[in-house]
Order: sequence, then structure tokens, then C-alpha cells
Amino acid sequence: MNFWEYLRSRQELLVFETWQHASMVFQCVVAALLLGVAVGVLVYRSPRLSGFATGTAGAVFTIPSLALLGLLITPLGLGVAPSVVALTLYSLLPIVRNTIVGLNGVDRTLVDAARGIGMGRGRILLRVELPLAWPVILTGARVATQLAMGIGAIAAYVSGPGLGEQIFSGLGRLGGANSVNMTLAGTLGVIVLALLFDGCFLVIGRLTTPRGIRA
Amino acid sequence: MPDSSPDAPDSPAAGAAPATDRAGIELINVTKRYPGQKTPAVDDVTLTVPVGEIVVLLGPSGSGKTTTMRLINRLIEPTSGKITVAGRDALGLNPTELRRHIGYVIQDAGLFPHMTVATNVGLVPQMLKWDRKRIADRVDELLDLVDLPPDQYRDRYPRELSGGQRQRVGVARALAADPPVMLMDEPFGALDPITREHLQDSLLHLQDELGKTIVFVTHDINEALKLGDRIAILDKGSRIAQFGTPQEILLNPADAYVEQFIGGGQAMRLLRFSRVADVPLQQVPEAAPGDDADAVRDRLGDTGFAVVLDERRRPVRWITAANLDGVTGPVGERGEDVADPIRGRNTLQQALETLIQSDHECVPVVGRGGVYQGTVTLATVQNAIREMRRTAERAGAGA
Ligand SMILES: Nc1ncnc2c1ncn2[C@@H]1O[C@H](COP(=O)(O)OP(=O)(O)OP(=O)(O)O)[C@@H](O)[C@H]1O
Ligand SMILES: [Mg+2]
Repeated sequence: MNFWEYLRSRQELLVFETWQHASMVFQCVVAALLLGVAVGVLVYRSPRLSGFATGTAGAVFTIPSLALLGLLITPLGLGVAPSVVALTLYSLLPIVRNTIVGLNGVDRTLVDAARGIGMGRGRILLRVELPLAWPVILTGARVATQLAMGIGAIAAYVSGPGLGEQIFSGLGRLGGANSVNMTLAGTLGVIVLALLFDGCFLVIGRLTTPRGIRA
Repeated sequence: MPDSSPDAPDSPAAGAAPATDRAGIELINVTKRYPGQKTPAVDDVTLTVPVGEIVVLLGPSGSGKTTTMRLINRLIEPTSGKITVAGRDALGLNPTELRRHIGYVIQDAGLFPHMTVATNVGLVPQMLKWDRKRIADRVDELLDLVDLPPDQYRDRYPRELSGGQRQRVGVARALAADPPVMLMDEPFGALDPITREHLQDSLLHLQDELGKTIVFVTHDINEALKLGDRIAILDKGSRIAQFGTPQEILLNPADAYVEQFIGGGQAMRLLRFSRVADVPLQQVPEAAPGDDADAVRDRLGDTGFAVVLDERRRPVRWITAANLDGVTGPVGERGEDVADPIRGRNTLQQALETLIQSDHECVPVVGRGGVYQGTVTLATVQNAIREMRRTAERAGAGA
């Protein structure tokens, strides 16, 4: 069977796995975005807390993905749960870091201006600081998405959902029938998804960044 | 310095106002010391900003002008002292609420780059929960007021504006909820002289209509003299070296520091910063085109000429005895056309320039609608300066 014949014969399974992969990455990044921005907002005013938050996220980041997934089997078992937790944890670092950098990068004179015209803390955060930091936060989410794409493939190691299944099965029976086709299909699927998501980020960035602060 | 501080706050003038003062500002013995600093940024300042007046804080960099301003809207808290705004203790008010009722124009405008001009201007009304329609109408009204046609500028972002336009939007934003008090921190700094002049004129024009209580910071003496009803000249360490009207300061500087600050050329400055409206005008005989020549001739008297007014009392011609020689019946179109009239808001310098360029020895002064009010002559200007000097000397001797 050549590659095209393989794709056609497994069409349904491949579409399903691609969908699962995309859905997992999307949900994990959204969760990480909510969590990461919340953490960023809580810590950005204190250099000590900021350092602690980025440090912790950075420490998680240095754990090899295979090892982290393995460690999560004990508390969470196999399947979706450890995969989602691992992906969310990895996605946190770029998002937390960029949220802190973005919020600290907001021109202090603007915050001062906001106070000067009678905005309260919460309003300043929602109407001035977060919107101005948004392009930076979005970049963090974009990096997180790329990371989650790749690491998501490894989730197959703990029987997680997604295209990793193709890659791992292919590698597992190297030399056997269709092994190269499987690995290739999985890998290409991840690449195509990554490019698609990246395209989406460009569109989202454009739609959510006011003309006044676009690069 | 202790020897000069007792008379510094000029308490007689300051003390007279507060009783009826509804939106004035008072600072009483206010001191602000930033943590970790040896000398206070604002040291025992007492200052009254009477309602409806522009008080200019003038002083070198670091003299505490911005700090004083930020104490008024409580962006910073005083170390000691008392501040009242509109007769109420500012320190007892909710700071956020207080700031919504004090327009604040920040140095280099401080517009939010991610919001359009309209959103920026409408921020305070929005916080005060006005409805959309009212906010939109108000925004357009204000943009018109600061000379930015709303159709063209409403939906622009700050970076799509020039520096001067941004400053105007900043002024519009501060005016949005019609606050009785405005704080303006070098609002026209870093602008070219022409734009600056234009914005100063607009501000004076606005103030004519709105009558706000304004604290205005600058380190440009000429800007201070032009805009201020009163000027507080600050020394390093925020000692108030002198607090008085532009004329008092020019004619009777309190000490060597003030003298050095205002520099030379006081007489010329007086001309530049005194208004025609401030000097007594000279009245001359009047005539109408329909008046009988004989009657007008009788009216000329010692003056030797009359001003001919049209049906809306706008000055059109000078008419002299020579013009009337042998004329009977209505005076009609006889006489020489008057030069462009000047207005009460013009400076004495402008009046002098018009006088020098004119063939006639006097220039008519007009008010609203171009209506004739009187004339200015070289003698009027001279007398006015002499009078100011005499008043200042009396005040100086009395102090
Ligand atoms: N946040 C702050 N913390 C510590 N010191 C400050 C702070 N803000 C101002 N100062 C100090 O207070 C003094 C007065 O500053 P201020 O900004 O009021 O001066 P200014 O008269 O507005 O000067 P400029 O004309 O340069 O704007 C300065 O010596 C300044 O260094
Ligand atoms: Mg300043």
C-alpha cells in the first residue's frame, strides 16, 4: 500500500484522530489561558511573586514530557486525564510569563492617567492593562499551542487521544506493514494542524487587537 | 528663606474668596515628603485657587508643581496639611469619585492608544453612567469645541493624530463630564510655538464661556502671564516666592528670585499681557450716515472728528470737519474708512501695532457682534501703563 492508499483506507479513523488532537489542544490551551492569565494578574505587581510563578512554571517545563506523563499515570490512570493535565501544565509557562511581561510592559503613565480620570483598580485592569497587554498574552498562547501540538502526540504513550496513536503504533512495529505510512500520517497530521492553528491565531490577533495598537 | 515665607501665600487675597467659594481649591500648610527623601517635594504650601479663575503654577523643574497638582486630586496623599475642593475636605472624599469630578489633563495627553478618540473622550461620562446617546452627543460637542471636526476625528486612534491634536483630545477628555475644576499639567508642553499659541487662545476662549476653576502648570513665563488670572511662582523646594496677578508680578516682583525668573523687558511684557478690556476707553463723538451734516458738525467739538456707525452700531468711517465742509443734508458716505477694529480680548501690544499702522490717531474697539464700544489712542495705552505702575507701587509700599 502506498501512502495515498493508506490514507484513503483509514480515512475515517484519521479524521477522527485529527479532530481529537485538535480538540484536546484547543481545550488545554483555553484552560491554560484562563488559568495563566489569572495567575499572571494575581502576581504581576510583585516582582517576588512573579518570579515564583514563572519559576514554578519553568520547573514544570524542564520535566521531559514522557516522564511527566508517566508520573501522572499513578494518580490519574491512563487516557484523557493525564494527557489533558500534562498539556495544560506545559501550556501554562509561556502564557503566565507573557501575561506578566505584558502587564508590566503597560506604560505606567497610562495607568496613572486612568487613575487620574477616576478609574478604580478593577476597571483599570479590564479596560486599560489587559487590553494593552493582550497582544503579548496572545503571543504566549500561540507558543503554548505549538508546544501542545507536539506534546499532544506523545500523550499516546499514556493512551491519550489524538494523532500520537498513529505515530506510536507506527514506531512500535517498525519494518511491519504500513509502519512508515502510519508514522508519516501522524506526523504530517500534527504539522498541518499546527499550521492551521497558527493561521487562526493570526486571524484572532487581527480581530481582537484594536487598530490603535497594531504593530 | 524663612524671612520671605510669611508674606508668600498672599493671604489677604486668598482669605477673601472661600466663603462664597463653591468650586475653589484651598491648600493649607500642605507638605508632601516622598519616602526616603531628605527634602519634601512640597513644603508647607498654602494656596487658594478662587472659583472661576486660572491659577498658574510656575517654577523650575523639580519645584513640586506636578506633586502639588496630584495632591489636589489625591493621586498622592499629603504627609500633612489640609486640602479642600469646593469647600469640602478632599481627604474625606472617595478619591475615585473625587477624580471623576476634577478634569485632569496629563502632560503629553495620556490618551489610551487602544481606544478611539471618541472612546477616550467619553470615558468619564461612561463611568458616570450616562446613556449612549448622551455620551455620543457630548463627545461630538467637545470635539467641535477643541476644533477637531467629529466626523473626521471621532473614530481615529491616538497614534493617527498629531501631537497638538492629541493634546486637544486630552483637554476634551478632561472637560467631558463638565467638571467645575480642571487640573492641567503642562498641557501644551512640547508643541511648536504656533500650535501652542493657538491652543492657549482656544483655552482662553473656552474659559470665557465655561468659567472653570483651573490649576495650570507650566515653566514658560510667557504662557503663565498670558493665561493666568493669578500666578504662583515656585522656588526650589516649592516655596511660593510670589502669588499675584500677572501685572503685580511684572510691576512689583517680590524678590530677586522672581525678578530673575521674569527676566527683563517688563514694559513690553505689560503690553503683551494686558488686555484692551482692562484699560479705560476713550469716547469720541458718534454719527450715523443718516445724520444731518450740521448736527454732526456741532457734535465734533474739540475732538475734531466723529466715528460713523452703521445701523448695527458697527464702526465704518471717521469723519472730520474738513469732510463736512459745505455739506448740507445727511453725511452719507463721507469720511475715511476705519482700519480693522480691535477687540477687548486683544492685548495692548496688538492695539499699539494697529495704532502704529493706522493713518488715524485712534482705533475703534468693538465687542460682541462687532458693536462699537470706544476707541484706543496712544495716550490711552500710555496712561494705562502709568496707572498700573502706580497701583503696583502703592501695593508694594503697603505690603
Ligand atoms: N514618585 C516619586 N517618588 C519620589 N520622589 C518624587 C516622586 N515624584 C516626584 N518626586 C520628587 O519630588 C520633587 C518634585 O517633583 P515634581 O514632579 O512635583 O516636580 P515638577 O515641578 O512637576 O517638575 P517638572 O517641571 O520637571 O515637571 C522632585 O525632586 C522629584 O524628584
Ligand atoms: Mg511636572
